[in-house]
Amino acid sequence: MRCLWGCSEDHIVEPHCLSAGHPYTANILHLTAACRIIGASMTDREILKIENLTKKFGPLTAVDHISFSVGSGEIIGLLGPNGAGKTTTINMVLGILEPTEGIIEILGHNVRQSGPELRKNMNFAAVYAHVPANLTVRQNLWVFGYLYETKNLRKRIAFLLEEFDLQDFADTKAGLLSSGELSRLNLAKAVINEPCLLLLDEPTASLDPSIAQIVREKIKNYVKRTGAGIVWTSHNMNEIEAVCDRVLFLSHGRVLLSGNPAALPSEHGKKDLEELFIAVAREPLVLKG
Amino acid sequence: MSISRIWAIFIRQFFLFKGNPTRLISIFIWLIVDIVQWGFITRYLATLGQATFSFVTFILGAIILFSFMTRIQQGIMMAFLEDIWSQNFINIFASPLRVKEYLSGLVLTSTTTSIVGFIVMVVIAGVAFGYSVFKLGMLLLPFMAILFFFGVAMGIFVSAIIFRLGPSAEWLGWPIPLVLSIFSGVYYPIGTLPPSLRIFSALVPPSYIFEGMRVILTKGVPAAGFASDLLIAALLTTAYLLLAALFFNRIYLRNLKSGSIARFNAEAL
Repeated sequence: MRCLWGCSEDHIVEPHCLSAGHPYTANILHLTAACRIIGASMTDREILKIENLTKKFGPLTAVDHISFSVGSGEIIGLLGPNGAGKTTTINMVLGILEPTEGIIEILGHNVRQSGPELRKNMNFAAVYAHVPANLTVRQNLWVFGYLYETKNLRKRIAFLLEEFDLQDFADTKAGLLSSGELSRLNLAKAVINEPCLLLLDEPTASLDPSIAQIVREKIKNYVKRTGAGIVWTSHNMNEIEAVCDRVLFLSHGRVLLSGNPAALPSEHGKKDLEELFIAVAREPLVLKG
Repeated sequence: MSISRIWAIFIRQFFLFKGNPTRLISIFIWLIVDIVQWGFITRYLATLGQATFSFVTFILGAIILFSFMTRIQQGIMMAFLEDIWSQNFINIFASPLRVKEYLSGLVLTSTTTSIVGFIVMVVIAGVAFGYSVFKLGMLLLPFMAILFFFGVAMGIFVSAIIFRLGPSAEWLGWPIPLVLSIFSGVYYPIGTLPPSLRIFSALVPPSYIFEGMRVILTKGVPAAGFASDLLIAALLTTAYLLLAALFFNRIYLRNLKSGSIARFNAEAL
């Protein structure tokens, strides 16, 4: 039996893995509670699996046969210049954009066949997806808690307000919050249902470095605690290096490169991830060759 | 269908009213203006001396019922527009919410506000003009049921149009009740219309209601064939409701393909 939940890479489960507090046990317990898909195996390592995903808008191919997977406890960075297809990919996983071709599976279930039910196990935060500005922080959490059928909602909201340092703003309208406070609210909303799959589209954009670091830590802690899989897009390469286990470079809708963010730049003769990003953005075909 | 998710759509609107009580004024002000203005108009008409019946009875009754239907339609449209204005579509449609749950939530919201508005109108008509809508007796129930479901169908239809054409198509939603009122016989009998326009009246469920109401208030009993008229109105309303829901769903599926849901905001469309 292999250890599936990230206590380390591909080693055999030892008795200590099953002890209380060990990530293996903790994640099994979490997924037992959180993954409400009938028939979903809690030992499925793949939280998200994408195969040959394609989206065409008329003559434009925004996403072109991309394939990748996200494992439990894994943070995958989707990188690429503007228009590379990152947000289009995320929108297809979220179910708000229909793919032209390809398969999206969450916990082994095809999104097309069991879309709305599967969405109980995922959530997202994005700079362009606003929570209603005319509702207070607490009211927003109530609304989204009901939308995701969160159990013990009152307790969950109290926990999230504390976890994301939002108690002082609980009764403030979202439209009056600062960028940092709003980002924390978006994240609180994104984890209200304790999702197994979290999609974060530039979650720290427009945040100052200090708040961005706090937000990153919150997300990393969430992954450590729950074993969720995360897809993370960002234009901040330092951030990607700090949080992602694996990155995929997208260019013109295709996956150009993928690998460990620490090793990838040197593999392609670049100093760091930022230099690699610039190369991909400006000369993707040269790099590919 | 998940009650929790329908409730989410409802409380989202409830929180808006709670957070900004001036929004409540918008529910009542037009209704109050309508009932007061028509109350005085009918009172004036009654003083002209030519009337052989009570204008108050006819017109105020029709105004109350027509406003009820209109408020249902506009309530659904407004709740839908609220999600557009707050750019909340991604959050809503990326959640486990199904289209039928979303529509149910909008209808629940609109029903609540419309019933409150109806009660206010009934009270004002009774206190200020001595009119009781309950003169219609038990028939008030099927009348209101048909007007309610037709209002729901119109609300969903208009929301679907806005969903398809974008927020700039909002203006289409406002005159629809007025256009329908021409063919519905709210203010005058259908016989007043030229024969070519009466064909449209036959396709509009409220026309059967207001015609029937007129007969009942004049003669005290329903006209012969009234039951079949009521049945036709009910069948037409059911058909419109189903078509409107299918239409909304079709637009939703179209928007899923085109990516409009992700881009849906006032600036983009």
